[in-house]
Amino acid sequence: MDKGKAVMGAGRRWAVDFSDQSTVPSSRDILDPPGFSRASPEQDDSATSRQKKDAEANWKLQKAWEVAQSPFKNLMMMGFMMWMAGNTVHLFSIGITFSALWQPLSALQSVGKIFEPFKDNKVELLMPKLVFLALNLGGLALGIWKLNTLGLLPTHASDWVSSLPPPQEVEHSGGGFSFH
Amino acid sequence: MAIKLYLLLLVFLSSAIASFSLYEDQVGLMDWHQRYIGKVKHAVFHTQKTGRKRVIVSTEENVVASLDLRHGEIFWRHVLGTKDAIDGVDIALGKYVITLSSEGSMLRAWNLPDGQMVWETSLHSSHHSKSLLSVPINLKVDKDYPILVFGGGYLHAVSPLDGEVLWKKDFTAEGFEVQRVLQPLESSIIYVLGFLRSSEAVVYQIDSRSGEVVAEKTTAFPGGFSGEISSVSNDKVVVLDSTRSILVTISFLDGGDVSFQKTRISDLVEDSGEAEILPPRFSDMLAVKVNKRTVFVRVGGEGKLEVVDSLSDETAMSDSLPVADDQVAFASVHHEGSKIHLTVKLVDDLETVLLRESIQMDQHRGRVDKVFINNYIKTDRSNGFRALIVMEDHSLLLLQQGAIVWSREEGLASVTDVTTAELPVEKDGVSVAKVEHTLVDWLKGHILKLKGSLLLASPEDVAAIQEMRMKSSGRSKLTRDHNGFRKLFIALTRAGKLFALHTGDGRIVWSVLLNSPACARPSGVSLYQWQVPHHHAMDENPSVLVVGRCGSDSSSPGVLSFVDVYTGKEISSSDIGHSVVQVMPLPFTDSTEQRLHLIADTDGHVHLYPKTSEALSIFQREFQNVYWYNVEDDKGIIRGHGMKSSCSGETADEYCFTTRELWTVVFPSESEKIISTLTRKPNEVVHTQAKVSTDQDVLYKYVSRNLLFVATVSPKGAGEIGSVTPEESALVVYLIDTITGRILHRLSHQGCQGPVHAVFSENWVVYHYFNLRAHKYEVTVVEIYDQSRAENKNVWKLVLGKHNLTAPISSYSRPEMFTKSQSYFFPQSVKTIAVTSTAKGITSKQLLIGTIGDQILALDKRFVDPRRTLNPSQAEKEEGIIPLTDSLPIIPQSYITHSLKVEGLRGIVTAPAKLESTTHVFAYGVDLFYTRLAPSKTYDSLTDDFSYALLLITIVALVAAIYITWAISEKKELSEKWR
Repeated sequence: MDKGKAVMGAGRRWAVDFSDQSTVPSSRDILDPPGFSRASPEQDDSATSRQKKDAEANWKLQKAWEVAQSPFKNLMMMGFMMWMAGNTVHLFSIGITFSALWQPLSALQSVGKIFEPFKDNKVELLMPKLVFLALNLGGLALGIWKLNTLGLLPTHASDWVSSLPPPQEVEHSGGGFSFH
Repeated sequence: MAIKLYLLLLVFLSSAIASFSLYEDQVGLMDWHQRYIGKVKHAVFHTQKTGRKRVIVSTEENVVASLDLRHGEIFWRHVLGTKDAIDGVDIALGKYVITLSSEGSMLRAWNLPDGQMVWETSLHSSHHSKSLLSVPINLKVDKDYPILVFGGGYLHAVSPLDGEVLWKKDFTAEGFEVQRVLQPLESSIIYVLGFLRSSEAVVYQIDSRSGEVVAEKTTAFPGGFSGEISSVSNDKVVVLDSTRSILVTISFLDGGDVSFQKTRISDLVEDSGEAEILPPRFSDMLAVKVNKRTVFVRVGGEGKLEVVDSLSDETAMSDSLPVADDQVAFASVHHEGSKIHLTVKLVDDLETVLLRESIQMDQHRGRVDKVFINNYIKTDRSNGFRALIVMEDHSLLLLQQGAIVWSREEGLASVTDVTTAELPVEKDGVSVAKVEHTLVDWLKGHILKLKGSLLLASPEDVAAIQEMRMKSSGRSKLTRDHNGFRKLFIALTRAGKLFALHTGDGRIVWSVLLNSPACARPSGVSLYQWQVPHHHAMDENPSVLVVGRCGSDSSSPGVLSFVDVYTGKEISSSDIGHSVVQVMPLPFTDSTEQRLHLIADTDGHVHLYPKTSEALSIFQREFQNVYWYNVEDDKGIIRGHGMKSSCSGETADEYCFTTRELWTVVFPSESEKIISTLTRKPNEVVHTQAKVSTDQDVLYKYVSRNLLFVATVSPKGAGEIGSVTPEESALVVYLIDTITGRILHRLSHQGCQGPVHAVFSENWVVYHYFNLRAHKYEVTVVEIYDQSRAENKNVWKLVLGKHNLTAPISSYSRPEMFTKSQSYFFPQSVKTIAVTSTAKGITSKQLLIGTIGDQILALDKRFVDPRRTLNPSQAEKEEGIIPLTDSLPIIPQSYITHSLKVEGLRGIVTAPAKLESTTHVFAYGVDLFYTRLAPSKTYDSLTDDFSYALLLITIVALVAAIYITWAISEKKELSEKWR
């Protein structure tokens, strides 16, 4: 009656929770009636339900493929945006480039989550996942390529030598006009 | 159409280029300006009748000025050109100041009260000679009393009213040198006394109205005369004979007769010797210097001479001055310990002392050099005297009633060398709050500033804000600050005095007159940073090295003097026993951070300083790598030397080394004459060796300290601009490696002429010269790049560090180099060029051009960039490359001197502050000017006028708002829950 007490504390006198769904009998105060089993009702499988499941698996696979291909559209749009942004460094082009880098990265991070709803014993999710990965990697590559065209990647010799101090000289000389 | 386009472009350019101009209220915040006149040569007091308390002075810096006698301020001042030396100054008609300059060929009249020029007359002169100015003492406006000027063999009579030449007399044929002109009052006859071939005395009597010679009398004097002459009365002069042992009194009588009367000096003084007539003029008396004693000799009625007094040598005397009752007085000043004694005596009666005063005098002003006296009537009707004295350090002081009324440090008008020094670090004991006043004051100040920035300030507030900014917190404190804005500029003057000037307000922190055990007063030659502790030896004070010389010629023995920068005390002064031809600071320091210096003497030996065994071991480690070169501009030869061995001989010590000649560069004397050489500043910091172009390409700068820029012109073209035709003149510039003597680059400009003003920094040289064909000044930039490093382009090798870009390089490895250059017209004549320098060398550079108008123009280095093209691409434009124009623009806002002039500008010195964006600029000439510059704006600090109060208030308001909204939302949530 802990819960009842807790609720009472909020001003009500008592309450009974009918929606207790815990399956472990020991955690409950009242025992199950004899002959009652708490096993899932799906146990009693029939032909109709198997058909239903197949249809569902197909649908899931189809959806998974759709999801896997979705970055392609994104990719096209990104490409267009990048082309629009031009090759000079300013706020717009930097924003676009970083979103182009961020989107694939975040997508790659959450591959498992995205394909979670389509998880099924019968659904083969490897291929859609691979396509999804490939497309996102393509997006990432596009972003990196854009970063390079903006000159923000250290791919030139100039990026590595621009802070090199002048070399030491071995010899020293001095002189000039004589003092008059 | 083209013009329109050009104008459009110009408008675009002027808007695109960030100008570094100041707002009106920022003037004087970072900069200061000091006006000087130089060492006074002549001084003329206003006569009593004009009534004003002023004195007119002319100086060795060719300045004529009017000074306030009460405070020593300059009423007006005119700086004549460097070649326009003033020979004489006087007051005519009581309202004009007459100056004679350029060896008697330029006569000018200036209005006495305000200094406006009234007239200017250029007088004909045939050759260089002594000049003489004689202005009649007459207040009447009358053409009968002309100004008489002798110079260059001609005697001119000039009307004082309008400068018209009334008549001139040509004496060039005879070789007659006028010595004295006498214009007796109430007489139209002028007596002109002169010498012919130094053995005949000639007296001309000339009618002052027409210039006709009325009478001429020549008398030969077999002994011959020697120069100096002293006029003792209207009809008598005294002169020395050629042996300097006989005084000759020359009397010329009304009839024009000349008579000589000889007096042996040995008859007058017992210990005779070579005599010298001193310049002060007395009536019926003269001062003669014999055997370091000053002897006063009275000239009697018949030219008879008698000694009346004698004084020690250390006495300076003034001219005689008429005082009341037909009496004539003169002043003499002599030293005794730390005091000076001013005595005013009557000429007629040396026993009568009108005034005797003793004044405490600063030791570092040296001896008294010149005295000028003036009298005034006191309230009790007696005579008062004031004396204007010029000291050995060129300072000017006014003495009156036994005290120094004012003093001017005129030595600073002739600065010869400048270096910088740090101030001491702030001690823990000194609290900042003491300088920053109290917190309330601080808050008040910031609230005032806030009002100003919100445009709420009343005019009084604005004035208060301005005043506050002017003396802003600790600007002139004597300790180091975090940004390195407070520094000392150490200036060496021609008089051999060292001054330390504070960058904050320009005041003199200390000054020291150089001394030497060997000679009384060595002349200062140059100035070096001797000890700058910043890693080790932090407890030692930094010091500077002053190299001086006992005597004027190059073989005279040198003197080294070490001066503590914090205290201004001379640590030591030593007579080094050899001559000083060149001083080379080496890039090595010993454990106490004393810099090693090599001093070359006339025998081709070099001497190592400091003379310690540690320095010797450091030097011997680098013995083979030290070289020196010598530019002999009179012979057109540059010689390079290497170190050979220790000196042999009895006098030699282990710190003396002989040298061997390694190479010579001989310029053909018939076609080339060296007019200018230049190297990089040894302490310049270069941030990077790479220069990245727009297309990510890398050029490697050829950055070497061992590069010498040499400019030569055809011998014919060495004269003034326009003295040769374009075909006859050519300017050739060279870049020479001073280790191997290799000529790395040669560039010839046909039809061009000097003078060449150049600046050398990092890997570029910018020089300014005159183009005779275009009749314009030109500026050329040469950038030097290293071809042999250009191969380093493989990114992977660079990433892994497999490159030789940071390996030490030797000049013997024959660097391949190429140059890029470009020329532009420059609309102005230039006096000097310098370049900004910053602590790390990251900030972009500005050229500081001292223009002919004595102002300093800051020009971005971007304007002198060989990569400029007519139509830069989009990427180049974005990088900041300016479209190429045929001439460099002068943007009026970029004059860093704003409305001021640095009269007689001679040099600009830059020094980095600790803050990378900022550089100190110090310009010297007759005037001094200092400012701080940020060539790329102050990107690394907040500006002075940043409103901290506004920031604080915003933060407080935001925090308060957060709390209030939080409280409100809490409340709301609670009531929501209760609902």
